[in-house]
Amino acid sequence: MLAVLLRRLLNIIPTVGAVILVIFLLFSVIPGSFTSTGAEDGRMLDPQVMERMRKEMGLDDPILERFGRYVGHTLVGDLGKSFRTREPVTKLIGDRLWPSLKLAIAAMCFAILVGVPLGFIAALRPGSIVDSVSMVGAVSGLSLPQFWLGLMLMYLFGLLLGWLPSFGYGDGGPRYLILPALALGFNPMALLARTTRAAVLDVLNADFVRTARSKGMAETRVVTWHVMRNALVLVITTIGLQFGSLMGAAVVVEKLFSWPGLGSLLVDSVFQRDIPAVQGCILVIVLFFLVINTLVDLAYAVIDPRIRYA
Amino acid sequence: MKFRANLYIGGAFFATAVIVGVLAPVIATHDPVFDANLMNAELPPGWEYPFGTDAQGRDIYSRVVHGARISLTVGLVAQCINSIIGVSLGLTAGYWGGWWDDLVSGLTNLMLAIPSLIFALAIMAILGPGLVSLLIALGLTSWSYSCRLARAQVLSLKSQGYVQAAKILGYSDLRIMFTQLLPNILGPLIVIATLGAGGSILAEAALSFLGLGIRPPYPSWGSMLSDAREQITTAPWLSIFPGLAIFITVLGLNLLGDGLRDILDPQSRERTS
Repeated sequence: MLAVLLRRLLNIIPTVGAVILVIFLLFSVIPGSFTSTGAEDGRMLDPQVMERMRKEMGLDDPILERFGRYVGHTLVGDLGKSFRTREPVTKLIGDRLWPSLKLAIAAMCFAILVGVPLGFIAALRPGSIVDSVSMVGAVSGLSLPQFWLGLMLMYLFGLLLGWLPSFGYGDGGPRYLILPALALGFNPMALLARTTRAAVLDVLNADFVRTARSKGMAETRVVTWHVMRNALVLVITTIGLQFGSLMGAAVVVEKLFSWPGLGSLLVDSVFQRDIPAVQGCILVIVLFFLVINTLVDLAYAVIDPRIRYA
Repeated sequence: MKFRANLYIGGAFFATAVIVGVLAPVIATHDPVFDANLMNAELPPGWEYPFGTDAQGRDIYSRVVHGARISLTVGLVAQCINSIIGVSLGLTAGYWGGWWDDLVSGLTNLMLAIPSLIFALAIMAILGPGLVSLLIALGLTSWSYSCRLARAQVLSLKSQGYVQAAKILGYSDLRIMFTQLLPNILGPLIVIATLGAGGSILAEAALSFLGLGIRPPYPSWGSMLSDAREQITTAPWLSIFPGLAIFITVLGLNLLGDGLRDILDPQSRERTS
């Protein structure tokens, strides 16, 4: 088990390296840096001030030197100073991490707790009303723009009915979490329902299920013992992969609900051309995604013994 | 042969969106950008303005109709770019193997490691808002699925008799790839492109909603929703119609993709993600 863990962690390293390179190249080689676009609203920056800033931030150094410095700093956990607030980016991100994580976990929990049972029930009664309704619901859920769903939830529950706060973080309590989590979790919920249904249907046709049934095993035991465990592999892959698009979507949902997470920090930094903060946010989001996928790989090994020695 | 409801309903939704987009100048009743009139600001839906008007007094119906052009153009063109990149890389990587395959696979894994909306957002941040930036940002960031699919299919087909026969006949590698292999793997690729086009439309809407997509006066469904958020208390209809338009178009593409899968790729499991 430990060997698997180590190997998976080692596998991340080249990807992280490549991601750091991409992030650096995107924002360093391509023009449009902070100092050259400080004049977008027509006001010109004082050339002397600009010169001083470029010196201070080392923007005039040769590219290889800058890359070396960037990698060196990143590896020791220094993501640079924000252009705007002059605070360390790690601190900015640190403040936003917990709200983001809370929202992502709440959304995923909703998606799993509703989507997986729904797909399961649908698969056990294919063609039934439950099946048709949940699958029509699932394909609709996949087609909904999350931020529009969020907007509608906001209008219905926040403004029209007044049951829940329509936006903001408030005291961070669960009342503020419900609407954004629903908006963010609906899409993965729909996908999980579909994937679970497909996985369960697939397993139900497998030989070992027929064997289990023909030797007289009780149906509930067949389902819980054989079907669930085997379908779980595909379901867990989907959950892991969904975290990626969940974090993409979180950017929009956080912005919509004025949720103080990483996503809204990323968008605000983009608008303020705060490049160190943008780079830092993207790096942290990617790292988070990679860690989740590694955990998913490990979860396979626990669920499916055949994978352990592969 | 069962009745393919997915295919027909999805096709109908999508065809409607395309027709609306093509005929936009004919069926729009007002100019979507310049017909502002503050006397008519924030009128609820009625006879003259079936979907109501926005804060500048512009007709929401005409803006939604014109928005179809932008959303569909971005969605379809971006997906075409993705498919071309993905299929070319996947085909050649699967067929040639070796260091090229390693490089392409590494690149694909890298693309999968960065959530595509985040990547697109970074590109938009550098290029600035606009139609061309959107096509670049969305067209370069989600080709990994078609690439992986094309590569896997080629790997399973390249030892087939007809490919070997073409080789013996002296066909060039490119000719084998594009005349022998591509037609045989086209089905699943079409399915994934159909589903991907829906994804591109959603991504465009999200970026425009954030203010990083289409520049404001021109109507894109996403940017209309971004304006609408401010007026949700006074004019909820501003939010309802552009969102419905996105929903119906993407739903159409998703249903169409499902329906096509049953026909073109019958042995596949759920390969969407």
